[in-house]
Amino acid sequence: MCGAQPGGPDIDGVDLTRAAVVQGQVVCDGVPVAGAYVRLLDPAGDFVAEVPTSTDGAFRFFPADGGWTVRAIARAGSAERKVVARTGAIAEVRVELPSAK
Amino acid sequence: MSRTDVLVDADWVEDHLDDPRVVLVEVDEDTTAYDKDHIRGAVRLDWKRDLQDPVRRDFVDKDGFAQLLSERGIANDDTVVLYGGNNNWFAAYAYWYFMLYGHADVRLLDGGRKKWELDSHALTADTTSREPTTYAAQEPDTSIRAFRDEVLDTIGAQNLVDVRSPDEFAGRLLAPAHLPQEQSQRPGHIPSARNIPWSKAANEDGTFKPDDELRQLYADAGVDLGRPTIAYCRIGERSAHTWFVLHELLEQPQVKNYDGSWTEYGSLVGVPIELGEGSR
Repeated sequence: MCGAQPGGPDIDGVDLTRAAVVQGQVVCDGVPVAGAYVRLLDPAGDFVAEVPTSTDGAFRFFPADGGWTVRAIARAGSAERKVVARTGAIAEVRVELPSAK
Repeated sequence: MSRTDVLVDADWVEDHLDDPRVVLVEVDEDTTAYDKDHIRGAVRLDWKRDLQDPVRRDFVDKDGFAQLLSERGIANDDTVVLYGGNNNWFAAYAYWYFMLYGHADVRLLDGGRKKWELDSHALTADTTSREPTTYAAQEPDTSIRAFRDEVLDTIGAQNLVDVRSPDEFAGRLLAPAHLPQEQSQRPGHIPSARNIPWSKAANEDGTFKPDDELRQLYADAGVDLGRPTIAYCRIGERSAHTWFVLHELLEQPQVKNYDGSWTEYGSLVGVPIELGEGSR
């Protein structure tokens, strides 16, 4: 297993005291966006990982501790948010794509 | 051989959707994407179930490959166009595999499934049926596949390119950040390896960067393209992406993919491991 499943990896069975979790949802006009591509970028802007969002717009990463950028790209456009990951904590981030209206 | 011989774009695919001598093949590790929808006429290869031996760690042998392609309705003289998710990782792995078994005309859809989707090209859930063929595979071409003893002999003598993310390379993570981190291997990288993540060779939409930028990328990282090169990652599919860049796009003659990669190397007893940022 090395590829990314939609929504990112399952959290079941993961020892959360030893992992840092960054997770959240991609939305557009308040509606979850399925099939968007969420990229985790390091402080230099370099790519680290990518997952497609699940049917409810969700994504998850298990990065190393530190500051990260979560960047979502979809047919509707792109948007990004900064987030800090810390071992033993779950960082929630909501990424809003530009309004389609 | 040039870029246009090994890469096609969406327009090319659209123009060949009804060409009986062109076979589109979607390759994924998680094949639910294909089940949901795929490019019209595409057949599926399941990276794990179809391409890996079910018991021991290796991929299917020559006869198994021939049987697989025969069942999928792929003939020796067909043009095979591979695409998939994860920025074409598994499609690039399958490309390497088709080359290993001597298929004459294999290409990648530049940008894979992601670009096809983002550009709003049509997908369908319709079932694809192709008449079975009698495919004949060649003996495996080991000039493009590296094994562990050769990798050990290569340390400091040839180019070793570790295409994992910097945190995996340094030993801070054991798997890419979209996976859980509980693994049995020791963390780190093979001494003397240069860390050039596969993603540096790709644009955000999954397409490959231009040749001149790719050459600069490896030159800036201290890779002497005049020497033989072995690429590795964790299980060999991200490094197949880099193998494609070096061997097929930049036309370097001596490039091997070490598909044992870190899951093998990081489990070996007594081999040298380097931690941290490496020699650059």
